[in-house]
Amino acid sequence: MEITLSSLLAGIVIMAAPLVLAALGETLTEKAGVVNLSLDGTILLAAMTGFLVASKFQSLTLGFLVASKFQSLTLGFLAAALTGSGVAALLATIGVWLGQSQVAVGFALTFLCRDLAYFLGNPYARQKGPQLATLPIPGLSEIPFLGKVLFTHSAIVYVSFLAIPCCYYFFYHSRLGLIVRSVGENPEGCWARGINPISVQMLATIAGGALIGLAGAAFSLAVKPGWGHPQGCEGIGWIALALVIFGSWNPIRVVMGAYFFGLLQVLGIYFQDSFTSIPPQIFQVAPFPLMIFTLVLIHLSRNTKNRTIARWMRLFSGKPPKWIGRTYKQS
Amino acid sequence: MIELINIHKTFGKVQALQGVNLKAKAGTIHGVIGENGAGKSTLMKVLTGFITKTGGTILHNSVEIVCNSPADATRMGIGMLYQEPLDFPQLSVIDNFMAGADDFSPAQQRTTLAKLCDTFGFSLLPESRLEELTVGERQQLELMRLIRNGTKILILDEPTAGISEKQQELLFTALQTLKDDGATILLVSHKLEEVTSLCDTVTVLRQGKVVGEQHRPFQRDDLLKAMFDTLPEHNSPPEKKNNGSPVLEFNAVCSTVGRSGLKEISIDIHAGEVVGMAGVDGSGQSVFLKTSIGLLQPESGNISRLGQPPNISFGKKSRKTVFLPADRLSEGLFPGLNVREHHILATGNSVFLTSQKGLKKSQQAIDAYSIRGNPDTMIEDLSGGNQQRLLLSLIPDEVQLILMENPTRGLDVQSAAWTWKHLHKRLADNGAIVFASPDLEEIMEQATRVLVFYNGEILLDKPTDKTTYQEISRAITGQISKSPSHS
Amino acid sequence: MNVKRFTNFSITQATTNGFLIGALALGTVSLLLVLLGISPAAIGYALINGSLSSWLKFSHVLTIWTPLLLCGCGLLFTFRAGLWNIGIEGQVVLGAIGATFLLRQEYSTLPPWALISLAMFCSFVGGALWGAFAGVLKNRGGVNEIFGGLGLNFVAQGFILWLILGPWKRAGIASMSGTDLFTRELWMFTPHGWRVAPAALIIGFVVFLLTGLLLSATRFGLQIKAVGKNPLAAPLFGIRPDMTGLCAMAIGGGFAGLAGGLQVICVYHRLIPSISSGYGYLALLVVMLANYKILPVPFICLFFACLAAGSIQLPIVLQIDSSLSGVIQGACVLSALLVHGLRKRKKGAA
Repeated sequence: MEITLSSLLAGIVIMAAPLVLAALGETLTEKAGVVNLSLDGTILLAAMTGFLVASKFQSLTLGFLVASKFQSLTLGFLAAALTGSGVAALLATIGVWLGQSQVAVGFALTFLCRDLAYFLGNPYARQKGPQLATLPIPGLSEIPFLGKVLFTHSAIVYVSFLAIPCCYYFFYHSRLGLIVRSVGENPEGCWARGINPISVQMLATIAGGALIGLAGAAFSLAVKPGWGHPQGCEGIGWIALALVIFGSWNPIRVVMGAYFFGLLQVLGIYFQDSFTSIPPQIFQVAPFPLMIFTLVLIHLSRNTKNRTIARWMRLFSGKPPKWIGRTYKQS
Repeated sequence: MIELINIHKTFGKVQALQGVNLKAKAGTIHGVIGENGAGKSTLMKVLTGFITKTGGTILHNSVEIVCNSPADATRMGIGMLYQEPLDFPQLSVIDNFMAGADDFSPAQQRTTLAKLCDTFGFSLLPESRLEELTVGERQQLELMRLIRNGTKILILDEPTAGISEKQQELLFTALQTLKDDGATILLVSHKLEEVTSLCDTVTVLRQGKVVGEQHRPFQRDDLLKAMFDTLPEHNSPPEKKNNGSPVLEFNAVCSTVGRSGLKEISIDIHAGEVVGMAGVDGSGQSVFLKTSIGLLQPESGNISRLGQPPNISFGKKSRKTVFLPADRLSEGLFPGLNVREHHILATGNSVFLTSQKGLKKSQQAIDAYSIRGNPDTMIEDLSGGNQQRLLLSLIPDEVQLILMENPTRGLDVQSAAWTWKHLHKRLADNGAIVFASPDLEEIMEQATRVLVFYNGEILLDKPTDKTTYQEISRAITGQISKSPSHS
Repeated sequence: MNVKRFTNFSITQATTNGFLIGALALGTVSLLLVLLGISPAAIGYALINGSLSSWLKFSHVLTIWTPLLLCGCGLLFTFRAGLWNIGIEGQVVLGAIGATFLLRQEYSTLPPWALISLAMFCSFVGGALWGAFAGVLKNRGGVNEIFGGLGLNFVAQGFILWLILGPWKRAGIASMSGTDLFTRELWMFTPHGWRVAPAALIIGFVVFLLTGLLLSATRFGLQIKAVGKNPLAAPLFGIRPDMTGLCAMAIGGGFAGLAGGLQVICVYHRLIPSISSGYGYLALLVVMLANYKILPVPFICLFFACLAAGSIQLPIVLQIDSSLSGVIQGACVLSALLVHGLRKRKKGAA
C-alpha cells in the first residue's frame, strides 16, 4: 500500500474524531468544576449500546415499515449519547448532589461500565452490524488534497469538526457557557449572582456525558466498527482525560492535542514496518508523560518569581478551573 | 425604603443575630458599625438571601418580601458588594461583568461598561484578566455590575479594606452620586472616620443586637462607646516582669499575604512580656503570627525567634514555640482523632502505641484543664471552649513563646478567665506570650503591651498602663498617625 | 460506659450499612439478570462452584487474594494520608519489573531461596520508587497524585512493553506473550495439588499484620492519619505533611510492588505485558468498599477474589461473559458510595 500524505492526514482525522468528541465532553464537565473519571468505561458502554441499538433496529421490520439504514444508525448514536448522559447523571447525583468524592464515584463507574458493556454485549460480539458509510461532500471533496483529507469521511467525522467551533462558541460567546465557566471558577460567586451552581454542574456533567457517549458510538459504528471483547477503543477514555489537562482546559488546545495523538497513532502504524524495534504501544502512552509535564509547567509558572519566565510558561499552560473536583456546599 | 424587623439568625448553637431592627430610607447612606463578630456581615447576607434567616420580617416600601436566595434579592433590586469579592479571578473583566446577567450581548455590555466607567471615573480594560487587577478595581467592577442590574438597595461590606486612597475617593464620589439618584445604601464598616463623613444615619451592632442609632451630626465618642461597650475608666494590667532577653525580633519585615500584608514591621518582643494585638480582622495580626511561627515566609526583612530563624521544628525536638490558631478545628486540631491521640502526637516520642498509651496523660489533662469529655471523645464533638482547653493542655512544658489568635473566641466569661489564669501560670520567666484579640478588654486586662495593627502597619505600640481605650479604639479605626515605637 | 455505647452504635450502623449496600448491589444485579432471562440462582451456584467447591479451586482464589490483599494494604496507607493513589497499578508493574530484573541476573552462585528473597526485595523497591515518584511530583511539581499516578501507570505500561519487546525479548523473536520462563528453581515452592505458594500466603498475612500494626499501633501510623485528617494542623505538631505523605506513597507503592513480584515469581514465572492483572485498580475498589477501614479489607479481598475466580467458568457453563464478576464488584462499590452519601446528607440535614 502506498502511503501518501493526504491519506496519512485523512487517517489522523478519522482516528482523532472520537477523541475530539470525548475530550470536548470532558472539557465541558471539567470547566464546570466536575471531574468525570468514568470516561473509559462510559465510552465502552456507549459503544456497546450504540452498536446494539443500531443493529437491532436494522433487522426490525414493522409491517410495511422497514427502518432505513440511516434511521437505525441515527438511533444508535442517540442511544450512545443517552448512555453517556445516563452514566454522567449517576456521577453527578452521587458526586455533586450527594457530595461524595467525584474521583471515587468516577473510578467505580469506569470499571462498572466497562464490565457491564462486556457482559451485556457478549451475545452480540463479533456480529456484523451497520456501519457509517463515507459521505464525500459534493463539491468540497473535489478540492485537490484538502478534499481528500477533510471531506471524504463518515458523518461522525463531520460532527467532530462541527463540535469544535460549536464548543468554542458555547464557552466563549454564549451566556450559558459563561455561566459554566463561572461555576467552575467560584460556585459561591455564582450563588451570589443568582445562579444555582449545583444545577449548573449537574447539567454540564450530563451534557458532557452525551458527547462522551457519542465518542463511543463513533468507535463501534464508524472508526472501529463492530463489537467485541476487546472492542479496540479501550484506553481512549484515559487518553481523552489526559488531553484535557495537556490542553490546559482550553477547547482549541484540547482538540489540537487530540489531532496530535491521532498523528502519533498513525505514525505508530507507519513506523511499525520501518522501525520494528519501537513497539507501537509506546505511542499509546506518549500523551501521559506530556500531561505530567504540562502539570509541572503550570505549577512552575505559578510559583516562579521571574516574570518573563512566567509569561513564557503561560503560553504553554493555562490554569485549571479553580473549583475542579471540590464539592460545593451551600451555607 | 427597606425595613428589617426582629431579624434572628442562629448558626448551630451560636446566636449571631438576636432580634435586629433597622430602617434605611431611600436617598440616604446608612452606616452599620460594630466590632468583629457583632453580626454586621451576617445581617447583610440575610438581606441578600445569601444566607437564610432563622426569624424576622423584611419590608420593602412597607411590603413584605421573601429573599430565599440572591436571585430573589436581585429581582427586588437588592445587591451587595461582599467583603471578600465573590468574583472570578481567571475570567476577563467583561466576562465578570456579564456573568449572571440575563441578557448576553457582549457588544452592548461593553458599551454599558464603558459608559458606567465614564460616569464614575473608573478605568478598566474589558479584556484584562481579573486576577491582574487590584482589590479596589475588582470592587469598582462589582459596583458597576450591581448598578447595571438596576440595584436600588446597595450594600457594601467593608468596602475600603485593602484599597488605595485614590480608589477610596472615587468610591465615595460614586456613592454620593448613587445616593443623589435615590438609591438606598447600606455601608458596613469598622472605620468610624469614613462612616461619620459619609453616612446620614448610623446603626451600631454589638453581639447580634442593635445598641445604638444616631443621625447626623454624630457624637463620635458615643458611637465608640456603643461599639466597644462601656469603656471602664481604669484597668489593672498584669505586673510586668523584668525585661529579659529578646524572644521575637522583626526587622523591616514585609509580606504581601492577606488583604493588607505586612509593611516594614520592625519590633522586639522580650521575655516576660504579654503582647496583645488589636485591630480589624485582616490588618496584619494573623500574618504577623503565622510569619513568626514559620507557616508563612516573609518577602523581605529578618526575623529572629529565640535567636534563630523562624522555622517550624519538625521531628522530635522539644517545641519551644507554639501557635494556637483562631480557627481551631480547621487549622489547629485533627477532626476525626480523639483527645488521647492528640496528646500522643503533641508529647512523648515512643514509637509503639498501645490502646492504653497516653491514656493516663490525657486523663490527667482532662482533669487538670477540666475538659468536658473523655480520652476517647472525638475532637469535633468537643465544644469550642473545650477544644481551646485541650489546645492549652497540649502546650509542652519547655515552651518559651506562645503565639495565639483569638485565644478566648467562643469561650464564656468563666472559661476565658480560667484560660488566662493558666496562660499566665504557664508563662516561664524566659518566655513571652503574643496574642491577637478583637476584645479590647481582654488586651487591657491581660497584656503588658499593646500593638494596634492598621492596614499592615503597627499604628500604636505602648505598654497597656500608658494607654487608654480611647487611644486604642482610635488607632483601630485609623484615626491616629503612626507613633514612634517605644523601646 | 459512654465509650461503649458509642462503639456499639457505630458497629450497628456499619452492619446496617453493609446490609443495605449488599442488598442494593445484589438486588440490582439480580434484577438485571432476571430481565435478561438469566437465573440469578444459577449464576450464584456457578460462582460458588467455580471458587469454593474444591481445594484446587480455592487455592486458585488464594492466588488472586494474595496480590489483592497486598495492594489493598498499600492503599490503606495512602488513603490514611488523604491521598488517592490511583498510580498503584503502575507500582504493581514496577514491582514485577524489579523482581524480573533480579532474576535475570546470572548470579548462579547464590542459592535459589536467596535469589527469590532478593527478587521480592527488588519488587518492593521498584514499587516504592514508583510510588515515591508520584509523591515527589505532587510535593515538588504540584501534580495532583491522581493525574500523576494515572500518567505513571501508562508510562509503566509502556516501559514493560518496551522491556518485553526490546531488551528482555525472548531468545529469537520478540513476543507479546512475555519473556522467557525462568528455570524451575526460581519458581516459588508450590506443593502438589496447590495453586498458591504457601510462602506467598505468608507474605500476605505478614504484610496485613504489619499494616494493621503500623497504622493503628505506632506513632508513625498516627501521624499519617493526622496528616490525612488535617495537613494544615500537622506542622503545629511538628509533623511534616509532605514528607509523611511521601512515606505513605513509598510504603503503599512497596506493598503493591510485592504483589507484582509475586505475580512474576509464583504465578507467571516470567514477565508478561498484563502482569498486574488489574489487581491495583481492583484493590482500589476493595478499599473503597471497605470504607477505608483496615479490618474488612481481607474479607472483601476474598469476596472479590472468589468472584473473579468463579466467573472464569461462566462462559463455558452458562455462555455468559466473565465480566459479570466486575459488574457485581462495581455495583457493590457504587452502592456503598450511594448509601454513605445518603447517610451524610441525612446527617447534614439533621
